[in-house]
Amino acid sequence: MKHIKTINKANLKQTAAKGGCGKCQASCQSACKTSCTVANQKCEREA
Amino acid sequence: MIHKFKLSGHNVLLDVNSGGVHIVDDLTYDLLDNVEPPFEDKCPEGVMKKLSRSYDPGEIEECYEEIVELYKEKILFSEDDYEKFALASVASPIKAMCLHVSHDCNLRCKYCFASTGDYGVGRKNMPLEIAKKAIDFLIEKSYGRKFLEVDFFGGEPSMNYDVVKETVKYAREQEKIHDKVFRFTTTTNGMKLTDEMIDFINQEMYNVVLSIDGRKEVNDRMRVRVDGTGCYDRITENFKRLVEKRGNDKDWYVRGTYTKYNLDFSEDVMHLYDLGFEQISVEPVMADPSEPYAITEADLPRIFKEYEVLADKITRVRESGRFINFFHFMLDLDQGPCAIKRLRGCGCGNEYVAVTPDGDIFPCHQFVGIDEYKMGSILDGSFDMKMKDDFARAHVYTKPECKKCWAKFYCSGGCNANNYMYQGDIRAAHKLSCQIQKKRLEVAILMKALQLMDTAE
Repeated sequence: MKHIKTINKANLKQTAAKGGCGKCQASCQSACKTSCTVANQKCEREA
Repeated sequence: MIHKFKLSGHNVLLDVNSGGVHIVDDLTYDLLDNVEPPFEDKCPEGVMKKLSRSYDPGEIEECYEEIVELYKEKILFSEDDYEKFALASVASPIKAMCLHVSHDCNLRCKYCFASTGDYGVGRKNMPLEIAKKAIDFLIEKSYGRKFLEVDFFGGEPSMNYDVVKETVKYAREQEKIHDKVFRFTTTTNGMKLTDEMIDFINQEMYNVVLSIDGRKEVNDRMRVRVDGTGCYDRITENFKRLVEKRGNDKDWYVRGTYTKYNLDFSEDVMHLYDLGFEQISVEPVMADPSEPYAITEADLPRIFKEYEVLADKITRVRESGRFINFFHFMLDLDQGPCAIKRLRGCGCGNEYVAVTPDGDIFPCHQFVGIDEYKMGSILDGSFDMKMKDDFARAHVYTKPECKKCWAKFYCSGGCNANNYMYQGDIRAAHKLSCQIQKKRLEVAILMKALQLMDTAE
C-alpha cells in the first residue's frame, strides 16, 4: 500500500480463540512492584 | 475503535481490537478524521471537497480505497467481540502469592507505600510455620495449575532471610509431591546482601527486583536509612556483585521510582545504565497529591516529554550496537499474551493474593492494612469467595473508563489498588496513572513499530 504501512500481524482476535489457559505469569499492575503492562508478557501456552 | 497519534515525525494508527499497528501518511491521518464505517464505494463528496484543499483528489480516492481494504481485512475499525470472554477467569485457581515475610525494613524511604515497611500495623517478621502454611494454601487452591509464583516481599525480605531460605526448601519438597513448579521472585533494597545471600537468590529466584532510584543525589534524597543518610554507595556495590554473578538465564532488573523531584528521570535511567545495569525499570511515584514529592496533573506535560527524551536516548544506545532494556517500553506486537489475559491484568484477589506475617490474606500487597479487604486467614483456612468473585469480575468491560479506552488491551484495566486508593473504587480508573500509561504506550508502540520496519527492510 502507498499510504498505509501495516507493521504487525494484527492477530489479537486469533489469540482469543485458543487463549485463556492461565499458564502465563501474574502481572502486577502496581507501580511499586513488578509492575508491567500485560502486553509485555509472553504467552506460555505450549504449541 | 482506532487510536492515532503523531510522534517524532511519524503518524501512528492503532486498530484497537485487532492489535493492528500501521504507520500512515498525513493524508490518511487527516482522512481518518472524516470517515468511518459503514464505508461507501467512493470517498464521500463532502469529505473529498474538504480535503482537496490540501491534497490531490486522485490521492484522496486512492487512500480511501486503502482504508476500505484494511477494513474488509478486519485490521482497521475491527469489531470489539471480546466481552463474551470476560467471565472466563471467574472461579479460576490461585496461582500466585505475594508472601510478606517481613513487615520491617532497614530503610525509611520517604515515599514508601507500606508506611516505611510496616504497612501501618507494626513491625514484625513472618514465622516459618505461617510461611509453610501459605505454601500449603497455594498448592491447595491452585488445582490444575502447574506453575506457581511466590514473591518474597516486604518491608525488606532480607530482614527475615532464614525464613525465605527455609520456605524455598519446603516448597521445593512440596512441589515434587504435588507435581507443581514454584517460580520464586523477590524484591530487595540491597542493604543486607551478603555473598551467600546473592548466591542463594541467583540460584533460586526466577526474577529479582533491585530497588534503586538512579543518580546518587536522587536516590539518597528519598531512599534513606533510619539515621537519615542515603543508601546509594552501599546498594550500588551490592547490586553490581549480584548482577555480575547472576548470568543471563534468569531475569533481574533495577527498579526506581521517580517523583516531582526528578522529572528529568531519563537521566536516572541512563545513570543506572552507565553503572552497568542494562535491565531497567523506573516508574512514577503514587502518592497523596498533598505530599511535596507527589506527581500531579501539572507535571504531566513535562513527564510526557521526558518519555520521548528517554526513547531517543535508548534508541541511540541501541544504534551503537549495545543492549539496553527499559521495562516499560517492552512490547510484543505479535506474540504477547492472548486477548483473554488482557481483559483482566494482574488477577489480584482472584488468581493472586498476598499473605501478611500474621497469616492474613489480602487481594494483593497494596491492599494490606485495609481491613475491609481482608479476604481470610492462612491460620483458620478462611477465604472470602465472594470477594474473590468480585475481583474476578473487575475487568475492562466493567470498568467504565477502560471500556471506551484505546489502551485497554495493553494495561488491562490498570491497578485495582490504585483505583481504590485514589478514585475510591477498584473499577474507577486512576486518571493520573492512565495518562502516564497511555503516553508510555504510545512511545513504546512507535519504538517497536520502527524497529519492526527496520528489520523488514
